[in-house]
Amino acid sequence: MIDYFLCIVLFCVGLYAILIKRNLIKIIIGLTIMEYAVNLFLVLIGYKYNATFPIFSRQNVATQQPLNMVDPLPQAMVLTAIIIGLAVTVILVGIAIRLYEKYKTFDIAEIRKLKG
Amino acid sequence: MIPLFIIIPIASAFLISVLRKLHKNLPDILATLACLLLLVLSFVALYMLHITNYKPFVYKLGGWEFPLGITMVLDGLSVLMLIVVNFVALIAIIFSISYMEKYTDKNKYFILFMIMLASMNGLITTGDIFNMYVFLEVGTISSCVLIAFGTEKEELEASFKYLVLSTVASTFILLSVAIIYSYTSSLNMADISLTLSKGSPSSIVIGFLTVLFITGFGIKSAIVPFHAWLPDAHPAAPAPISAMLSSVLIKSLGIYSLLRLLFNVLGVTSSNILVVLGLLSMVAGGFLAIYQKDLKRLLAYSTISQIGYIIFAFGLGTPLGILAGLFHLVNHAFAKLLLFLNSGAVVYATEERNMDNLGGLRQKMPVTAATSLIGSMSISGVPPFGGFWSKLLIIFAAIQAGKFSAAGIAIIISIVTLSYYLKLQKKVFFGKLPERWQNIKEVPLAMVFSMIIPAVLCVFLGLLLLPEVKAIFLDPAVEVIKNGVGYGSIILQNIK
Repeated sequence: MIDYFLCIVLFCVGLYAILIKRNLIKIIIGLTIMEYAVNLFLVLIGYKYNATFPIFSRQNVATQQPLNMVDPLPQAMVLTAIIIGLAVTVILVGIAIRLYEKYKTFDIAEIRKLKG
Repeated sequence: MIPLFIIIPIASAFLISVLRKLHKNLPDILATLACLLLLVLSFVALYMLHITNYKPFVYKLGGWEFPLGITMVLDGLSVLMLIVVNFVALIAIIFSISYMEKYTDKNKYFILFMIMLASMNGLITTGDIFNMYVFLEVGTISSCVLIAFGTEKEELEASFKYLVLSTVASTFILLSVAIIYSYTSSLNMADISLTLSKGSPSSIVIGFLTVLFITGFGIKSAIVPFHAWLPDAHPAAPAPISAMLSSVLIKSLGIYSLLRLLFNVLGVTSSNILVVLGLLSMVAGGFLAIYQKDLKRLLAYSTISQIGYIIFAFGLGTPLGILAGLFHLVNHAFAKLLLFLNSGAVVYATEERNMDNLGGLRQKMPVTAATSLIGSMSISGVPPFGGFWSKLLIIFAAIQAGKFSAAGIAIIISIVTLSYYLKLQKKVFFGKLPERWQNIKEVPLAMVFSMIIPAVLCVFLGLLLLPEVKAIFLDPAVEVIKNGVGYGSIILQNIK
């Protein structure tokens, strides 16, 4: 239970960074933390105490019961989510660098050509 | 046949990137051909559904058995969305052939455009909830790069804002996917809907999922408390991309997914949250649009307002409300496409977006002015055009559902809409032509052609309400949403 609670705390830390921080890079880091919190949540869903990895091999056939294995599907989902997160981060960092070239600052309070 | 909707745009993106050096015009031709092929295919799909009495087609990707693998589903709702998306994409591509000349790298633009189109087609046809998340992200990333295509100050800023908000939205959606998976141990939408309708799901879980979905897809479709990115992103993007974003991207990424998940998977029948959010967007978008000086920003706020109408109609949940919502979705797609292309033509000829500096363009650009008038009248609901009938239906649906004050608000906002579109017409196309634009010309032929087609459609879209036509296009889509969680069992019957 404590794992899920910590996972929510991590999610909130990321959300806090996105909402409160004024530095572009810190916002990107917050976004990454938030993504990792959800990835952790996905892994926790598939986790089972004292279970093995979900691969059938020729050795120890007797002990290889599906019930003793962790759920492999969330792990596959996490892999996809990590790759998507990587793509988003790369684009965000790219845009942040371009913004720095134009404004010479990472502070969003000064990057304000557009108003609400 | 269903995978072709994803294969064709991806393959053309690949071919453009490989063959772009052979001939200068090859990317234009490839992109246009791919879009044309997709449009023809979506009509073929409609015909095949029609002759089999609208039984959904289910395709098992990789031949995996039903609840295990990814399925792709083609039913009445998805085929309507496919036709709208691919039609809009074809027109936007024809427009961009001339328009994108002023940017440096047209090939990259076409590649990204095709990937965005693939993501939308994939999202519409997929039957798997995690697959839906992946396509959402593909669409978000490609559209974000397209918004930043000019790499000027405001484009970069708008794009950053859009990507941060969108990623927060996607994170919420991924979280809800995880919760659904842990609750039903399935990722297939039909299977989830069967499991949820058979058992008695706890109302806390369903409520929490509904809130997560409305937050996530609300950001994607820019419903009012989550709309902050849209008025920046739409004006910053190149005109055909603004048109794509406004008329199909936020509808397929936001509204379509929301509808599918709320109505078909979670089994929500009517939702007061959607009604309230719809009314809020309608009012806020409408009143903010009046004060805008920037031509494209006005159109962006108008999009928020019209999305409010659509969300409001779906929130009512009655058959008439769903019909009105879908019909307004189609009307708004073509009218907003036309208006953004017009704004693109104005920018192409004058390099100016501030409406205070424009004026009298009617003398120099007759086609742009005439089509823009048709688009404005359609979207603000003047009788013979398509927009009038859909707004009338939305107001009827509200009265039928007993929400009289909401119907009153919808009528008032449609008057507000007319007022800001008249302001647009007066400031841009009527009045005195300023000195410095005495020798501008009408835009090139391809752009004129791509403005005339949606204008003609705007005039005749009211015909979709004729009983014979309605039975082909709109009724099957309404049937899918009205059917609710019956979606699961219908898919199960039609798996071969």
